[in-house]
This record gives sequence, C-alpha cells and structure tokens, in this order.
Amino acid sequence: MTVERAISEPKDQFPIGMRVLAVDDDPTCLLLLETLLRRCQYNVTTTSQAITALKLLRENKNKFDLVISDVHMPDMDGFKLLEHVGLEMDLPVIMLSANGDTKLVMKGITHGACDYLLKPVRIEELQNIWQHVVRRKKFDRKDGDNSGSQDKPHIDNGGAAGMGGVDQNGKLNKKRKDQNEDEDEEHDENGHDNEDPSTQKKPRVVWSVELHRKFVAAVNQLGIDTEAVPKKILELMNVEKLTRENVASHLQKYRLYLKRISCVANQQANMAAALGSADSNYLRMGPLNGLGTFHTLAGSDQLHNAALRSFPPSGVLGRLNTPAGLGMRGLPSPGMIQLGHVQNSGNTSNDQSKLQSFVIPGNHNANTLQGMPMSLELDQLQNNKGVSHIGELPTAANTTVFPVSGSLMDARISGCSNNPLLGVTSNSLMLEGSSQQTTLHPSNLRDSVSTMGFQNGNTLSDFTSIATASNQLQCSKADLQCQASPTSCNAGQIIRSAPPEWNAPYHSNVMCCSINSSIPVNGAMVPLGQCLDQNNPNFHRNMDLDSIAPSNFVDPISLKRSEGFNSAMEPAVIQKEGYFQPRPQGGYNVGSLEDLASAMMKEGPDTRKLADGDFGCNGYSHRTCI
Amino acid sequence: MEVGQMQRRLVDYTKSLFMEGFLDGQFLQLQQLQDESNPDFVVEVVSLFFDDSEKLLNDLTMALDQPNVDFKKVDAHVHQLKGSSSSIGAQRVKNACIAFRNFCEEQNIEACLRCLQQVKQEYYLVKNKLETLFRLEQQIVAAGGSIPLMEMGL
Repeated sequence: MTVERAISEPKDQFPIGMRVLAVDDDPTCLLLLETLLRRCQYNVTTTSQAITALKLLRENKNKFDLVISDVHMPDMDGFKLLEHVGLEMDLPVIMLSANGDTKLVMKGITHGACDYLLKPVRIEELQNIWQHVVRRKKFDRKDGDNSGSQDKPHIDNGGAAGMGGVDQNGKLNKKRKDQNEDEDEEHDENGHDNEDPSTQKKPRVVWSVELHRKFVAAVNQLGIDTEAVPKKILELMNVEKLTRENVASHLQKYRLYLKRISCVANQQANMAAALGSADSNYLRMGPLNGLGTFHTLAGSDQLHNAALRSFPPSGVLGRLNTPAGLGMRGLPSPGMIQLGHVQNSGNTSNDQSKLQSFVIPGNHNANTLQGMPMSLELDQLQNNKGVSHIGELPTAANTTVFPVSGSLMDARISGCSNNPLLGVTSNSLMLEGSSQQTTLHPSNLRDSVSTMGFQNGNTLSDFTSIATASNQLQCSKADLQCQASPTSCNAGQIIRSAPPEWNAPYHSNVMCCSINSSIPVNGAMVPLGQCLDQNNPNFHRNMDLDSIAPSNFVDPISLKRSEGFNSAMEPAVIQKEGYFQPRPQGGYNVGSLEDLASAMMKEGPDTRKLADGDFGCNGYSHRTCI
Repeated sequence: MEVGQMQRRLVDYTKSLFMEGFLDGQFLQLQQLQDESNPDFVVEVVSLFFDDSEKLLNDLTMALDQPNVDFKKVDAHVHQLKGSSSSIGAQRVKNACIAFRNFCEEQNIEACLRCLQQVKQEYYLVKNKLETLFRLEQQIVAAGGSIPLMEMGL
C-alpha cells in the first residue's frame, strides 16, 4: 500500500481499519454486509437510509474512505446518492445490487461508481475493495507531488474511480490528462481532495445541490463548450467564498460527467430506437395519431453523444439542474435530457420534475410552429407520453433520452416556424428507453410529428419518420445538448417522404438536444427529410440544430418519468403524471408508428394546432419554449 | 440421544436441505462467518430475514389486492425479497422471486398472484426447515456438544 502520510489519519495498517460506510435498506443484507466487512477488518458504519448516509458524509468529509451502497432504496435512488457523493465528497463508491443487469451496471459506472457488486456479496470480493481507495489517493498524491503547486492539472477523481488508470479507468485517466492539458487554467487543486499534499490546505468546498445548480445554470448560460470558463462561471454564480479554483475543478468533473453520459446515452439511444413499441395509445392522441410511437429510443443514443457533450448531464445534473439549471440552450424539454441518470438516479428525478415544468408546456409551443395545431396533441401527449419516456428510461442505463414527447413539440415549434415539427418531434422521441419500452414514444412522436407535419404541410408521417429519426438525432451537433431524440421514431416507417425541406440538417432527432442556445428550429425541418428516410440514423448525426426546432424537446415529462424509475422501470411509469398509459415494457413496435404515420397524414394540417406555447427555445429558457 | 447421534442427524438434515435446493452455498458462507466473536450470527441474520420477509409478503399481498395494481411497487418488493433471500441462501425463495419479477414486468395480475402464492409457500417451507435446523443445533449445544461445520464438498 502506498497510502501513507499526507493523510491526517494514520493508515499504517491499511487496508485494515479502512473506514467504510455501508448503506442498504434491507436489514438482512445490511447485517450480512456489516459482518463481512468486519471480517475483513474494516471499520464499518452502517445505515439503512441514504439520506442519513449523506448527512454522515457531509458532517465530516474525512471520516470515511469508502462508501458501499445498494442501488434500490426507498428514500433515495442509489445512483443519485452516488452522484452526490462523487461530486461533493469525491469518495469512491461501490454499488451493490441483486440485479446484475448490464444496463444497471453501466449506469453505475457512468454515474461514477468505482465498482459494482452483485448480491449476495462474497467476502472475497470485499477483501479487495480497498484498492479503490488506494487508487484514488495515489492519483491525487501523485499530482500534488509532481506539481507541488496548485496549478498542476487537477486530476479529477470524481466519478471515475480508477485513478490509477487501471482497467477501464485508464482511458478515462488519459482523457482527463488530456483534458487537463487543455484546460490548464482550470486545473487547480481545490479543496476537493481529501488529502492535500501541498502545503496549502484549502477548506474543502461542499458542492451542495443548490451550489451545483447555480454552477450548472451558469455553465449553461455561458455555453459549456465555449464561454464557460471558471472565471465567468464564478462571476455568474456570485457565491461568496468560492474560488476560481473550486469552480475550475468542479467544471472539470462536470465535463467528464457529461462525456460519460453521452457515451452511455448513445448506446441507450440506439437501444431505444430499437424498441419501437406499438402503442395504440399514441394513436389515440388526437391528430397526431399518425405519429405512431416514436421510439426515439435509438435517437437518444445519439443525442446523448451530441448533447452530452456540453450538455449538462441530466442525470447528475438532474438534481442540480433543475430546469433552470438546464440552461439548455434550446434544450428541448427536459425529457430530452438523456440524463440517463434521470431514470434511475434520484437526481434526475429532480430535474425531471423540473424539466417537466418546462418542457412540457411543449404542447403549447405551438407558437413557433406557426400555426401548427399540434399543440393540442402535444398537450395530451405531453402528459402522457412525455412522461412515459422518462420512466422507462431509468432502467436503461443512464442515457435514456427522454422522449420528452410533449414538450418536444413545443420546443420545436419555437425555433422554426416552418420547421415545425421537426424540432418537435424529435424531442419527444428521445426516449431512449433503451430497453424501456418507452411507451411514450408514440405520444411523443405524435406530438412531434404533428408539429412537424404542420408546418409546411408536411405530412405527419414525415415527422414520424423524423421523429424516429430523431431518436437518433441526437443532434449531431456537438452542442446538441438535447438529446431529445425524437421519440423512438424508430418506427422509421413513418418517415416516409421527408419533405424536402427537411432534408436539411434536421437529421438529428430534432430532439433538440439542447441545441445550443436557441435552437433555431426553423429549418430544422429539413433534416427531417433525411430522417424520413426511415429511421435514418443519419439524422441524428446531422442534426442541424439550427434548423431544428428548439431543442427543448426534452420532455420534461419524460424527465419526470425517470424520476421514480428504478431499474425496474415498468412501463407504467409515468403514471404519475398521468401521462400515457402504461405500456408493456416491450417498447414500441415500429409497426405502430406506421399506423400513426398514416393516420397522421390523414389528419393533415388540422391537427396541427400548435399550442401557443412558448416555443421559443432560444437560449435556454426552456421553460418558455415548451 | 447422545451428542454424536444428534450431530450426525444435524449433518444429514443440513445436507438434505442443500440437496433439495432449499439452501445454497451462501448459507455456508453465513455459517463460516459465525465464530466466537459472533456466535449467533446465523440465527441473527436468518431471524432478520424472517421478519423482513413477512413484512414484504404482507405488503405484496396488499399491493396485489388493489384495484389498480402498482406493478412498480410490487416489483420493488419482490426485488428486495429476492435480494435478502439470496443473501442468506434461501435458494428456492429466490428462484420463486425471479419468476415473480418476470410476471410483474408483464403486468400479469393472475400470474403474479400465483407467483405470490408460490413465494409464500417456499418461504414457509424454508422457514420451517431452518427452524428445525436451529432446534437441532440448540439440542446439541445443550447437550454439551459442538455444531459440526458443514463441509464444502456437500
């Protein structure tokens, strides 16, 4: 063990005496875990509540070396706790669950867990967990020693455990290093390190939820990839006693987080896209019926990537971001936020609800759509569908893109008056629901589709296709933050003939992933054309955000959904909002999309009634957009 | 009955539980965690399991009895039961939970009710078996003997 000194507490016998905090709501498992840990000679503290655990951790940052937490807990989702710990305390966290689903494990990793154990846990596995502590410390120490000053690139321990660069963490480390080099000015040793090898010992900054929210708001306002430099962020945040170094370090972590999310989101999106569930519910939606289910899921994937980049991860951000924080420039309804996290992580739930507030109004977005009637549908959809996505997403490993269905519509509209739906639909579709059956999609689709269709008379079918495409849309734009991949438009079928104008950039799922600031939805429709090609995965790529409807697609509803979702996300998820009917988890059937599409087509312009919503996705006032 | 005989009976009984699938390797791990500093560990953990499970089973019964069944909640309960039963090695209960979860996903109420019955049955069976096991152990200890450890090569 190389962990010696530099640490206040003597750890000569490390790993003996390593202080572990164990959290599990199941008393049987907790007792077993405690006994096993004691057998390994660790110093164990247990609690059955995540909230208590956080309190304990916050009270004294240096009191624990490692946290082990169950994934499913009644008071707070394990992933959310994970995020909190990672961002605030920067301690290694190990997840524990009886469910070893790949998606869940992936989710754990992207949320920053340094390991994921399956129940029943065995002592052999616990005997080696100390390595995560060592790794982290070593990494920090190495940094401090080398530079000896605060300017050395700060290694971001957050999230990725593997400081040592071992196994998959290695890559992350490397990335971090690269990033460090790039963002040299932001690398400052701040109080986040537990042990401070340098002589300067700054008081550790606690990045509370509110503080992080402010941070995210500031970042979004400035633009994660462009103007968000620590100095400006600091100014915007206007918090006393917060130094630029603190912000810089936190920003670094945040960026990494986003990256992680986007990777996962992409996968999710793909999965989601594949889901396409046939949901007659959607059909119901009113004129939008034609839309069919947007299984944007696939889109979400892509959106994630695109969006994630600078897009504040909804998951994590979820908690922090709140709609305001999203600052998504155009981020379409929160649904979009693929937050992958949203799904399960409790954090996201927060956001979602928040997001939802903004996004959902989507239906009303009608405004941008210029006369798109869709608003009507959207409203309905939003409620139903938008949310649904989210719910489903949770299970999907993080990235689920929320199909913000309802909201998308609105969002969309705002940007392009003509492009109506493109932007919109995509958003809702975002569903990534990677395995989730995001039932929402259909609704989202509809909404989006309808919106799209309205605009230039494009048939809704186009939208649907686009919508599906949107899934993938992931706003190819780098900035696309909105992952709003069009609701599982995967149906693809819907996309029949993309209106010429759509060929444009719309590709990306319109979902508008937070298209940077004010997604100019207009013209977004264009991409639809491409999308229409049938689930053209291209869409996603090219999301020309400019033309794309307000990225606000993110469906706040969907986001909401995610909230409560735990891995088990059942289709019924959205129940809360009363959004759409619970769908069987099977995801969407693409077939239904077709039906929807045709139905939509028939509907014609009438369905377009766009709600006058705030579509204005510009800048990130998503709220309005929706 | 003399101690040796009781011990043999205990060993045979325990073996049969493993053979019949009531218990799995995890239970052995529990036994190995028991030592002088923690002499009643197994009984303690298993008792916790019993208490917790009864609560869960009640909650499940109630949840499935609603006019609008909240499958998410049902699934959460089953998931928890699955976790705790696997932690103590109650294999058949765990397997019944797995089947239960599948039906939850499908939102099939009828099947869920059947599964619940199945889980309950398995639970009561294993509870019964374990209580017998503990009784046998107590008798041995009372008679001055020691509990023979199960071999891994069961």
